[in-house]
Amino acid sequence: MAKLIDVSDLNIYYGDFLAVESVTMTIEPRAVTALIGPSGCGKSTFLRSLNRMHEVIPGARVEGKVVMDGQDLYDKDVDPVSVRQHIGMVFQRPNPFPTMSIYDNVAAGVRLNAKRMSKSDLDDLVESSLRGANLWTEVKDRLGKPGLGLSGGQQQRLCIARAIAIRPSVLLMDEPCSALDPISTLAIEDLIGELKSEYTIVIVTHNMQQAARVSDRTGFFNLAGVGRPGHLVEIDDTSTIFSNPSQKSTEDYISGRFG
Amino acid sequence: MSSTQTTRPDPGGDRAVIETGTKRAGDTVFRGTATGSGVLILLVLAAVAAFLVGEAVPAFTADPAEIEGERGLVAYVWPLLFGTVLAAVIALLVATPIAVGIALFISHYAPRRLAQGLGYLVDLLAAVPSIVYGIWGITVLSRWMIPVYGWLAEQLGFIPLFAGPASTTGRTILTAGLVLAVMILPIITALSRDVFLQTPRLHEEAALALGATRWEMVKYSVIPYGRSGVVSAAMLGLGRALGETMAVALVLSVSNVVTFNLVSSTNPSTIAANIALNFPEASGIDVNVLIASGLALFVITFLVNFAARWVVQRSGAKA
Amino acid sequence: MTTTTGPSPSPEAVAEIEQPMRQARLPRWTPWASLAAALVVALLVTAPGGRSLGGVVAITAIAHLVLIGVLSAVREGSRRAKDRIVTALVTIAFGLAMIPLVSVVWTVVGNGLARFDTTFFTWSMRGVVGEGGGALHAIWGTIIVTLIAALISVPVGLLAAVYLVEYGAGSRLAKAITFLVDVMTGIPSIVAGLFVAALFVIVVGPGTKLGIMGSLALAVLMIPTVVRSTEEMLKLVPNDLREAAYALGVPKWRTITKVVLRTSVSGIATGITLAIARVAGETAPLLVTLGITTGTNFNPFDGRMATLPVYAYYQYTQPGVPAEAGVERAWTAALVLIILVMALNLVARLISRLFAPKVGR
Repeated sequence: MAKLIDVSDLNIYYGDFLAVESVTMTIEPRAVTALIGPSGCGKSTFLRSLNRMHEVIPGARVEGKVVMDGQDLYDKDVDPVSVRQHIGMVFQRPNPFPTMSIYDNVAAGVRLNAKRMSKSDLDDLVESSLRGANLWTEVKDRLGKPGLGLSGGQQQRLCIARAIAIRPSVLLMDEPCSALDPISTLAIEDLIGELKSEYTIVIVTHNMQQAARVSDRTGFFNLAGVGRPGHLVEIDDTSTIFSNPSQKSTEDYISGRFG
Repeated sequence: MSSTQTTRPDPGGDRAVIETGTKRAGDTVFRGTATGSGVLILLVLAAVAAFLVGEAVPAFTADPAEIEGERGLVAYVWPLLFGTVLAAVIALLVATPIAVGIALFISHYAPRRLAQGLGYLVDLLAAVPSIVYGIWGITVLSRWMIPVYGWLAEQLGFIPLFAGPASTTGRTILTAGLVLAVMILPIITALSRDVFLQTPRLHEEAALALGATRWEMVKYSVIPYGRSGVVSAAMLGLGRALGETMAVALVLSVSNVVTFNLVSSTNPSTIAANIALNFPEASGIDVNVLIASGLALFVITFLVNFAARWVVQRSGAKA
Repeated sequence: MTTTTGPSPSPEAVAEIEQPMRQARLPRWTPWASLAAALVVALLVTAPGGRSLGGVVAITAIAHLVLIGVLSAVREGSRRAKDRIVTALVTIAFGLAMIPLVSVVWTVVGNGLARFDTTFFTWSMRGVVGEGGGALHAIWGTIIVTLIAALISVPVGLLAAVYLVEYGAGSRLAKAITFLVDVMTGIPSIVAGLFVAALFVIVVGPGTKLGIMGSLALAVLMIPTVVRSTEEMLKLVPNDLREAAYALGVPKWRTITKVVLRTSVSGIATGITLAIARVAGETAPLLVTLGITTGTNFNPFDGRMATLPVYAYYQYTQPGVPAEAGVERAWTAALVLIILVMALNLVARLISRLFAPKVGR
């Protein structure tokens, strides 16, 4: 299922403001790609443009190409809604649907799209997704309880279960641990390690240790100054980025000299 | 691409290719109906204006002799307009200070635990239907006011407002104004209370930290902050009072004159009350005349409400 | 104070500023004592013969203001005295507002109970001249007219609010609609009635009075209330939830219907119930659009229809012979109307309390 994504010369705008300039990179399948960089460098914006979530904001638009499976996601025939069915997303703060039970949250992707599925198939899907998110044993006895009753870390894993229940090829994670305590963070990081055997994972993180722990490849974003567009400085194997980066600014950022 | 090793059910099959060229009918239809509903509201308001104007035109062009009173439209509507504004202004002058007091009481003076419940009590005033206020006004309040009017005419008769002779039924424009005051009280209170509660805590604490008493804190931080909110609340209340119908129609004993005498039994009617009293039996040109007066009322309330919004927007931009 | 070269404050001013920590304060029960004393004064001042409740209350309030002000000024200083007077004033303002509330409820219940009987709820006024008779036809009329008004205005108002929040945000059309909805909230109810009357004069002919006309007039009044309250509720739904649904590949319209509206449903239901409560008591627009009948009419497209508020109005102003019977029916109709409106308000509060979404974060 996991797929490779080829990004070429991508410019991302909010109205007339160019937020991210000319990004070209290849995102490897069955690997974790981490995006790091100072606040406001456009790494989250870039992530959101990979599954066309960026354009949900009024006035937001993109120029350039994002190719998956030989298909340009920004081709004008492509339906953004179906792109998102192939590329799932997990957000900074856990956001389970407040009106739904744990079970319904996981089944949301199927139910909200009015897909027909037998009860037993749906049960299987919910169980396998919750198992996939390492949450099954904790919640199997209270699937009918509201999703908001879980702890923050459990809620985030519920959101991951919800995202993988639509069987995407790619999973995007936007600072998935920033609202969590260290123990929950560890659980999510372990989960990411397991998920990469099946999914292409892209994770934005503020935490460089986290990037070093979970990712195979790391991309460093930076911006020249306030009001200037962000850009990709370099992307390479994580070990290379952290030990021997080719750019001076990457080294400065990694070693904590700014940002 | 790799095939997965798990035995999971795969809802979508092998969806290697992203669907292209699908236009979602659901989205188009839903967006269309939502936008259509918005546009419908525009159309309704336009229709209100258009039909009122359309049905009012015959009254403008009619021979003055055909219009009740036989002196033309303006002579007919003018006392009504006067009465409308007079009753509404009385209501506003009575209700605003009391409403501000209540709003302060609920937001800053009442014990915290009671405040919400007391707020509901005031809101209940808004839940009483206007016809009930009308019947209450004519049977209870009018009678309460008879001795007051007698005293006012006797002691303060030298002021034109209370020149008398005092009404013996209590059904005066002042009584009508008081009933309207009761009716707009909850509106002004609720809106003022909301702005008072929005006073930044920092401002209040800064005042208290300087050793201010509660009144000084209110005077120097809460009231300046909420002033424009109170002004617009009062204007919205005024708009409501201008258009209120049944209470006035029931309470007022009408003789279609222009007078500032508030306590006598000769009182101007109001546009809304006049329509309610005469429309059910009206026919021919009288219908057009009444609709023309309704148009005048519509324009006035529109302007007052417009001004109220403008005050809010202007102060909002400043803050 | 150290010596300064500039203009120094007078000793009195300094004394005023440097308040001692322990200041003379009146005991906590002082306001109550003052109130009681004021009441005694009021009772003494008013002659037992010409004593009226209003007079006693008014004099008590004034005496209390003076008493507490003087006491505090003597013992605590002028600043605290002002504070106490204002406290008394705002409390009096609140008490003042309770007078009409209590009086309305008291008189309506007192006068309305006389005819609050089974006849009232099972009879219409068909063939009734003097005593007896009921308001069954008017109750049915109010239910039918209000229900149709709700059926028209809820979908329109709801969808318009969806447009304003989810689709149109910031567009020129949305701004125009928001503005005109604000204007519509201020339309006098009689004008809404006149509009529908004028419309039917042109379309059907002069003198037309139909149940549906009343519903349309109420709908004109109800739509802006529904739009405003729904708009507020939709804005409260966190954007996170919309994004979560989009990220699952859910189309926008399903996101709105299944997630956004589902999350805010209790708030929206509360707003709609309050809007219904507001129009259910409207009299003026019904007076000019559907008139009054003596018998029950279930067909809103055929002929006049009685409704509770209009019924109360005509029973009071044209009570017939004996007048007593008509006036009593008017009071009972007013009582039923108040109970109906209060019940709707209560239901609204219950909905918002019981079904409030647990979005709190």
